[in-house]
Amino acid sequence: MSQDTSDSVALPRLVSGNPSFSDIARDVTAPTSGTPPSWWVIAFVAAMSLLMLYGVSVVWLVWEGVGVWGVSHPVAWGYGIINLVWWVGIGHAGTLISAVLFLCRQRWRTSINRFAEAMTLFAVVCALQFPALHTGRPWVDYFMIPVPNQMLLWPNFRSPLLWDLFAFNTYLLVSLLFWYVGLVPDLAVMRDRAKKGISKILYGVFALGWRGSARHWINYERAYLILAGIATPLVLSVHSVVSFDFAVSQLPGWHTTIFPPYFVAGAIFSGFALVVTLLIIAREVYGFKQFVTLYHIDTMNKFLLATGCMVGYAYSIEFFMAWYSGNEFERFAFVNRAFGPYAWAYWIMFCCNVFVPQLFWIKKLRRNIAVAFVISILINIGMWFERFVIIVTSLHRDFLPANWGYYIPTWVDITMYLGTFGLFFTMFLTFLRFLPMIAISEIMGIMDKANPHHASYKTDENATKQNV
Amino acid sequence: MIFPKWVDKVTPVLVMGAAFSMIALVFVFWYWFSPKNLNVGYQPEQPINYSHKLHAGALGIDCRYCHFTVDKAAHAAVPPTQVCMNCHEIVQTNSDEIKLVEASYSNNEPIQWVKVHTLPEHAYFNHSRHISAGVGCSECHGRIDQMEVVFQAEPLSMGWCLECHRNPNANLRPQEFITEMQWPVAESSFSVLSEQAFSVADVKALSAGKKRLFSREEVGGKIAANLNINPSQNCSACHR
Repeated sequence: MSQDTSDSVALPRLVSGNPSFSDIARDVTAPTSGTPPSWWVIAFVAAMSLLMLYGVSVVWLVWEGVGVWGVSHPVAWGYGIINLVWWVGIGHAGTLISAVLFLCRQRWRTSINRFAEAMTLFAVVCALQFPALHTGRPWVDYFMIPVPNQMLLWPNFRSPLLWDLFAFNTYLLVSLLFWYVGLVPDLAVMRDRAKKGISKILYGVFALGWRGSARHWINYERAYLILAGIATPLVLSVHSVVSFDFAVSQLPGWHTTIFPPYFVAGAIFSGFALVVTLLIIAREVYGFKQFVTLYHIDTMNKFLLATGCMVGYAYSIEFFMAWYSGNEFERFAFVNRAFGPYAWAYWIMFCCNVFVPQLFWIKKLRRNIAVAFVISILINIGMWFERFVIIVTSLHRDFLPANWGYYIPTWVDITMYLGTFGLFFTMFLTFLRFLPMIAISEIMGIMDKANPHHASYKTDENATKQNV
Repeated sequence: MIFPKWVDKVTPVLVMGAAFSMIALVFVFWYWFSPKNLNVGYQPEQPINYSHKLHAGALGIDCRYCHFTVDKAAHAAVPPTQVCMNCHEIVQTNSDEIKLVEASYSNNEPIQWVKVHTLPEHAYFNHSRHISAGVGCSECHGRIDQMEVVFQAEPLSMGWCLECHRNPNANLRPQEFITEMQWPVAESSFSVLSEQAFSVADVKALSAGKKRLFSREEVGGKIAANLNINPSQNCSACHR
């Protein structure tokens, strides 16, 4: 009894069925071998088409200048920053799942962390497109970086927009390192399973000579833990800095102290929603139901419910504070937000982000794949509209009524936004095709048979000796 | 084994190499691609062998005799042939070079001088403003009186402009000496300081036989204070 702890505690089985270690390695790497399935080819062609649309939009933007965007007076910030905040918000789920849940010993994360981290990286790459291109002259983007130059130009360190640059790039770099370090043992699996010489060499190069010795594992675990520690504050810092872009300015509707926590909650909300969306698709088409069980979907949906309530609280307290401040401009900004010309956007946001996730109080709906899929998509629509509402409604009726206007995006705005989906899915489908989308070594680690105290440990002893 | 043993050493070399190349790239652009390296010393061949060393140096003709709009307008005029002919109608008329000037004059065709000191189109520069503030010609153009053929002596980069805009005192001088190629001309030059630049008390102190010489910064500082010179560092001062 004292030996058999994992049976005495009613933990959910994170991997259903009882696959052997070699079954796991075979199943997880299956999508990377053989000819790609037809749905993959179709999806890849569609993603590449969108990417080309993006390319055309970017060329047109650079050729003509940012005048082709819908931004103008008084709404000088439009789709560019909306998409930036939306994509970078999505990117928050990866670090939360991989770092924070790792430190909290939430072992269910192992089925989804690789996937979520990849999504994070690609989302941040999509986000970075907009600050790089909004200058209209991307070849002078080095102005943003503090490098010595003959113009004695130096970035303005008092500007939150500069803090953004550092926050994003730190985040991208740390996420990339974290993802890569986690990949090393799996890359070794890929190397060992590879049949062709070229893939053997490529996987081999990136596997860094991993042999799975005890010394390797000690170093690996230590590095992973340290990186998790470094990445954890980034979960909070990156979107806090994004929120400073607004909160540090003095515009009613932006100048709010609640912005940093509110943005972080929103970011995790949208990030988890996209993970759920993609995970449900991947688990259906790849048949990974044994690794991504209903328990995983259920837990993710609880996160969506919790963070959805947090953003709901933020929306409400903003109204309360606007009223309580006694400041007529602050009050106007919020009344105008909910009942002005952009009320349609506000109520799309409110319904998708606050009302819809309340369905997840019901366990049956949390565990219903179709419901979870639809809700996760609605949440991402809602979160896009959240940024739209914050940015556009605060700007479109500023201090001088003579300046008031109505922001309408142009076709370039829309194709650039759709185009980043092309960029995202091109990268994501490439990832699905060439890398194991589930952390093989970690999944093996949470199996009963990897637990020395478990009854099944001895019987599968031979399997544990396999090189992982 | 897929890879030979030496591959182990490649990874650290690549990582260090990447880090080094990033730094090297910044250095290459900062040093070799700078106007200091690329533009200083630009000395195009001119259509006529005109010597500034002879005219401005040996003969001591004031800059403003030929470049007569420099203290009145944004642009410092390149003299028309007529200005040359003021003297060369009678001076050195047999020289081959002067015959070219003569040809330009009689055919009514301007001499195609090549511009040496070019600023980018997005930078607005006003000569008269700088002259009236007390920035001498030689501060930016160097010792023109020693150049047989004119070359660019200073980088004329944005950083170079800003250095003076941030700390102008060392480059200011009294109006009397604005076209002097060497400033201070001599120790005694400080005793004939203009009242425009110096307060009456300063002049009195000097004439009372005060021996100490003022440094360039001190002279410039007084000029800056008296003329209320406070160079702009706003983007829009030059990029309008």
